[in-house]
Amino acid sequence: MTFTAPVLEYALLAPMLAIFGGAIIGVLVEAFLPGRLRAPAQLFVSVMAIITSLLLLFRIKGQSSTTPAMASLSFDGAGFLFQASILVIALLSIFLIADQDNFTAAAATVPGSTEEREAHQAQSQTTEVFPLTLFAVGGMMLFPVATDLITLFVALEVLSLPLYLMAGLARYRRLASQEAALKYFLLGAFSSAFFLFGAAFLYGYSSSLTFAGIQQAVLGNAGNDVFLLIGLAFISVGLLFKIGAFPFHAWSPDVYQGSPTAITAFMAAATKVAAFGAILRIFYVSFANAEWQWRPALVLIAIATMLFGSLVAIAQRDVKRMLAYSSIAHAGFLLSGVYALSKSGLDASIFYLFAYGVATVGGFAIVTLIRDSSGEVTDLNRWSGLGKRSPIVASTFAFFLLAFAGIPLTSGFIGKFSIFSAAYESGSLAILIAGVLSSAIAAFFYIRVIVLMFFKDPVEDGTSVVIPSALTTITITISALITLILGVFPAPLVDFIASTASFLR
Amino acid sequence: MSSITALALLPVLGALLVALVPSENSLRIKQLALGITTAVAALAIFIATQFVTSNTDFQFTETHEWIPAFGINYSVGIDGLSLVLILMSVLLVPIVVLACWNESEGGRWSAKVFYILILILETMMIGVFIATDVFLFYVIFEAMLIPVYFLIGGYGSGERAAAAVKFLIYSLFGGLLMLASIIGIYVTSRQYLGAPTFDITALTELHKFISPTTQNLLFLGFFIAFAIKAPLWPLHTWLPDAAKAGTPGTSVLLLGVLDKVGTFGMIRFCISLFPDASKTFTPVIIVLAVISILYGAFLAIGARDLKRLIAYTSISHFGFIIMGIFAMTSQAQSGAILYMFNHGFSTAALFIVGGWMIARRRSSTIADFGGLQRVTPVMAWMFFIAGLSSLALPGLSSFVSEFLVLVGTYTRYPVAAVIATFGIVLAALYILIPVQKALHGPTTPGNEELPDLNLREKIAIAPVVAVIIALGIYPAPVLNIINPIAAHIVESAGFTDPAPTEIAGK
Repeated sequence: MTFTAPVLEYALLAPMLAIFGGAIIGVLVEAFLPGRLRAPAQLFVSVMAIITSLLLLFRIKGQSSTTPAMASLSFDGAGFLFQASILVIALLSIFLIADQDNFTAAAATVPGSTEEREAHQAQSQTTEVFPLTLFAVGGMMLFPVATDLITLFVALEVLSLPLYLMAGLARYRRLASQEAALKYFLLGAFSSAFFLFGAAFLYGYSSSLTFAGIQQAVLGNAGNDVFLLIGLAFISVGLLFKIGAFPFHAWSPDVYQGSPTAITAFMAAATKVAAFGAILRIFYVSFANAEWQWRPALVLIAIATMLFGSLVAIAQRDVKRMLAYSSIAHAGFLLSGVYALSKSGLDASIFYLFAYGVATVGGFAIVTLIRDSSGEVTDLNRWSGLGKRSPIVASTFAFFLLAFAGIPLTSGFIGKFSIFSAAYESGSLAILIAGVLSSAIAAFFYIRVIVLMFFKDPVEDGTSVVIPSALTTITITISALITLILGVFPAPLVDFIASTASFLR
Repeated sequence: MSSITALALLPVLGALLVALVPSENSLRIKQLALGITTAVAALAIFIATQFVTSNTDFQFTETHEWIPAFGINYSVGIDGLSLVLILMSVLLVPIVVLACWNESEGGRWSAKVFYILILILETMMIGVFIATDVFLFYVIFEAMLIPVYFLIGGYGSGERAAAAVKFLIYSLFGGLLMLASIIGIYVTSRQYLGAPTFDITALTELHKFISPTTQNLLFLGFFIAFAIKAPLWPLHTWLPDAAKAGTPGTSVLLLGVLDKVGTFGMIRFCISLFPDASKTFTPVIIVLAVISILYGAFLAIGARDLKRLIAYTSISHFGFIIMGIFAMTSQAQSGAILYMFNHGFSTAALFIVGGWMIARRRSSTIADFGGLQRVTPVMAWMFFIAGLSSLALPGLSSFVSEFLVLVGTYTRYPVAAVIATFGIVLAALYILIPVQKALHGPTTPGNEELPDLNLREKIAIAPVVAVIIALGIYPAPVLNIINPIAAHIVESAGFTDPAPTEIAGK
């Protein structure tokens, strides 16, 4: 048996390699540097890795190849845009993660134990969160460019495993954080199993693991349609779980609430880009010609997801849970871009993912600022009168909420307009109407928070707005600026996406 | 840059100027706001003198690409319809600033924020009328809600937060239905006109291609949004609360200008873009308008609160306007547009004088007033004139428009016109009863010492009363702007005025 070494196009893989390299350096830093130097060194390594990766990525802008790593990956315009969005979101999030006050001093200690107290008193802060973040980013970059089911699965695990850990790192309310981590892990493991099960059926159907092979099988109508359906359904379950679509959303409110807020921001924004990247690729490439098998079901899931997310969000009293349900609703909106199955659907989805991701990081960044003596205050009732105490923070949060609600002159509006147009153009009046209705419902609970902040009197219970660190300020400012600019002058990005985004088949 | 873009930008630049003044110096801020809004009014009048009334195309046009991928442009222009509404708006704003000099005190935030919001709102008020790109219009239409929301919620009285939220939710709901129609326009224009476009002139071709069902749906998306805004029965329930909670100045702008965006939109978008669907829905709309006229009037008769009373009268008046718009005769259309202009001034007069009465008496219950005619004669006379204008007394401006609407409607929908005429009778009741209670009769205890209008207030109300009387006697200057465009709107929607029939044969 002869063994041919795989031919790798290193230039196209370089952005991912930079991130993984940074992650490994981060592990070494964690192992060998003295405690006092670790945090700044880790931050430096992570930021450099992300920036290097971005620069490398922009060097290969416009290139495309179906064989950067044999047939396992495919680098194309859409892949470029997904990776770039993930990196920008990661950069904004890493500044939040740098605020170590949110992370436990020693994750390995039992909550409430003497070891934990000692670690706190010694002020020795472990900083494993940075390499974990980089590993997750690497997995996320791999996820939307993977073109065979095994690579896709590996990417899924590489991005998920660090996230499970990161969810458990909160400094305050550690039990809730660990519960979140466990829940995320268990349900995530289930969904991975579903995914693998589906992959096996698709292999049985097409006798191929590559997207192109499956596409050929669908085109040639070669295999057993039952296998195709089962495979398609189970793979979808795995992917829909990651984006938190109804009825696979159950993990997201608890995990959003329990995780350290900086991690929630990263997870909510970047995972969505990566997972939707993969979903778009697999549906647009492999299953495009089997549209009758999946589009009718997807309409129902999209509509159910947006309505469910918006309706349940109304009942929430905790800001992080509210944002979790709102992100479920947004997943529904984004699924209408998948449904569209058209070039404009792809463009709109990418714009929406980027705009939503940036606004999400900004919104959660503000949540990290509202604290009392025992950490962040996420109970909405205690947010009342925030506008009086800290008008700038409250106004910025209100602005992000308006962007989530899709009010004109914010990026959310352009996103909503383009994604619903794409869905309607592809023939679904139902999605358009459901989308508009759930936007109206969603507007209600966003506005309720604005009312609470501006039109209610402050409560005196020790809730205060901390002065944001320089890095957090940068994140909030950049997110707000991007959200505003994409709302007022979206043309450059819209045109750029339109001219770049495409899937190689 | 076209002069109307400059007109729209002037207030927001002024807002930046106001932002630079320290917030303690509220007198300087008010003076500055008054100066800026007066300058805007002067510029608008100058533009009006350059306007060619016989031309029914858009004038002073300007177009820049905004989001080319979606066919969205920044394109503006004015015709007779938008010109009169802009004139009304920019004249009302300085009057509101001067008349409601002390309103900004005692809000949640400083006076500075109040005037910045007012100035931003003025930019949007101009912008919404000059936009000739449907998408641009929509963006401003929605964005406009935000300053109003903060004006009501931050500076109003009573249940201000709840009223502000109700206003916003109703408006957003309508806005999102309109978004669905906007998306429909985008997709169908791409399908049938070759490229996506939001240009209002190009879109007048669209209705020739799309199916009746699509046209009806698109029409409804726009119409419901505008009917909430206007407001038309049964979508009116947000208005009385918002008008009551807002400061009198905010309510003037809300009822006088913002609600006109609804009726403006019905003409500009519903009728012009979807004439066939308009034809289909006209009977329903006329019925709803007649119900609005009577329902608003009955509620006004029963109202115990002065601000609610004025809000209910407006619902009745908007019924007249909408009936005139959809009667589809050039007379009724002219009347409706003139009514929009006149209603702005008569409602402004009612709210401003009513606001003064409420501020002095510290109560808005009508029963608490009494004997004001003796105690504060000037204020009482002003309220009386405003009331008479609201009930459309011949010789005052509203009469001309109401008469035109009724005559124009009669030629096509005689039954509706006849029923609507009862609205006039009811108007006499809902105005004269409060006039009698509040101004005449024995002086209610506590009212003896109320001060009459001061010089600032007299100066503020004078131009409003002047417009009301002048246009009542000689409406030609405004009608000259309106008539050509009203005829053009009716004609391009495919209607011809019914030929007059002679009663006795020759």
